[in-house]
Amino acid sequence: MNDRSPEASSIECRNLWKIFGQRADEVLAAARDGKVSKDEALKKFGCVIGVADASFSVRRGEIFCIMGLSGSGKSTILRHVNRLIEPTAGSVHVGGQDVMSLSKRQLRALRARKIGMVFQHMALWPHKTISGNVAFGLEVQGVEKKACREAAEEALEKVGLRGWGHRYPDELSGGMQQRVGLARALAADPDILLMDEPFSALDPLIRRDLQDEFLTLSENARKTTLFITHDLDEAMRVGHRIAVMKDGRIDQIGSPEAIVLHPETDYVARFVGSISTLKYISASEIASAGEVAVDAPGIGPDATLPVLIRQLANGTDHLAVKDGDRLIGRIGRPEILAAVERDLERR
Amino acid sequence: MDQFLNPFDYIYVPFGSWAERTLDWIVGHSRATLLTAKVPVQSFLEFVQGSLEAIPPLIGIIGMAVVGRLLEGWRLALTGVICLTLIGLMGAWQSAMTTLSIVIAAVTICVVVGLPIGILAARSDRFFRILRPILDLMQTIPSFVYLVPVVMLFGIGDTPGVIVTCFFAVSPLIRLTNLGIREVREDLVEAARAFGASEARTLFGTQLPLARPSILAGLNQTVLLSLSMAVVASMISVAGLGRIVLEGIGRLDFGSATVGGLGIVLTAITVDRYVQALGAARSRTRMGA
Repeated sequence: MNDRSPEASSIECRNLWKIFGQRADEVLAAARDGKVSKDEALKKFGCVIGVADASFSVRRGEIFCIMGLSGSGKSTILRHVNRLIEPTAGSVHVGGQDVMSLSKRQLRALRARKIGMVFQHMALWPHKTISGNVAFGLEVQGVEKKACREAAEEALEKVGLRGWGHRYPDELSGGMQQRVGLARALAADPDILLMDEPFSALDPLIRRDLQDEFLTLSENARKTTLFITHDLDEAMRVGHRIAVMKDGRIDQIGSPEAIVLHPETDYVARFVGSISTLKYISASEIASAGEVAVDAPGIGPDATLPVLIRQLANGTDHLAVKDGDRLIGRIGRPEILAAVERDLERR
Repeated sequence: MDQFLNPFDYIYVPFGSWAERTLDWIVGHSRATLLTAKVPVQSFLEFVQGSLEAIPPLIGIIGMAVVGRLLEGWRLALTGVICLTLIGLMGAWQSAMTTLSIVIAAVTICVVVGLPIGILAARSDRFFRILRPILDLMQTIPSFVYLVPVVMLFGIGDTPGVIVTCFFAVSPLIRLTNLGIREVREDLVEAARAFGASEARTLFGTQLPLARPSILAGLNQTVLLSLSMAVVASMISVAGLGRIVLEGIGRLDFGSATVGGLGIVLTAITVDRYVQALGAARSRTRMGA
């Protein structure tokens, strides 16, 4: 339980399948051979393919976003991690432990101590106080009353709701309710956070505030986080890595930059089409192989566009992009303009 | 030609005699078992009846006032006091207590049996599919139709009266318990599981408390149905307010029928108000989240 090695608190899904319906096994066999599409499975077998052959791993301390439209299976994947849903095939490991091998009791302990979950519509229990909501996971594990109260108070303080413990959920605004949801997930100090579209139901401004607050919190706490969202901007803001899902399949996994700059499928390309690449372009991306003057100022390969523009604004003709001593190429006004033009043409 | 146009003059299914024979068979083979099953109901009824009759009317009225004040307020207490006093003044106190004890015994049994059945129905679609037509049937059968098989199986008197009342009154409780649990927001139940609650804890800590308004609505209906059945059951020689009405009708004694009828109404008002207050009082159940 005290194992804090990297694998020990990561999430790993291998070839995960979830098919809803009576004839799941038949569909699984057919779908594995690539014989059945999502529509055919529904028509011929009356089964819904929720997740199809999804594999990914979340590193310790990482925020891993799964993004997709509604019905793409992202929430279904999330619910496999704490086994709220049983997979049709494939494996799920949490902290190096096979979730499927756990007894009921072990599973409950895992859910209560190791995994905190935040829900789209808050899912606070209206008949319990805020404090009772937050401390629930601990209470369930038989933690003594006083310790429960203290843990609840501490978790509420983290989300800026100190002293609200004796109130009831319906006395709070939506944003505050979701803070309570977050506090509830944090109360047992779990290693893993599962966040199922936590901010989707909130107003845009409050959503942004809560995203920022969540990022600060997670910076300090370094929790391994699986974050579900249908909002690309949110995924880009929050995620260290992003998985894009379509029809139960993971189309692409990569950093926000990689997803935007190098979409691997048409679907991902269309998805990120509305996002400007300019924010993610680095010097090495747009450097051209032209001639470099001896006195051209050097710049690192990771320099962003604003930095490059500032350097060039003071009359310098071009910059030499260097990775240490190795010369990658040059960037002058033509390269910058070409990058802007490419970005405009994408849309 | 005539036999085609009026087929029922020629074809007859002796359903009545089948039913009679089936019932005879059941009575013949399981009389002993049925009589044994009657015993706990009888002793429970006698206990309730004994307790209620042991309370002097004045103490009873004061007690009702206190309970009413605690449950809701002076308005409820006043309603209880007025109704009970009127019943007493009409000379129907003893009969009202008898009816009330039959209702209390029947409702208690309904809760003990109906609540678990309702919970089970909410948890298993298959069980509910089987249960539903039975509940529909139980609710459509007119109250006095129940009397025949119950008399055959259990005889006449107050205890069969309680049993027949249970059969008649239990379905809304089952139905609304099932409905209430099923209507609890899915994510609230999921959240309980996600934070490590066992199935039992999810049921008693989340589903039942959140289904409480619905379950209490079911309970209220069960109570009122019990009251109406306890009156109809006077036909199988159940004592109480119903008997006063029945005797009044039999003798064309309008006065005594009125006393019985008014007594029933007053009892019903009291019971209904108190049960509703029971639902509204106590811990808060706000459904918004």
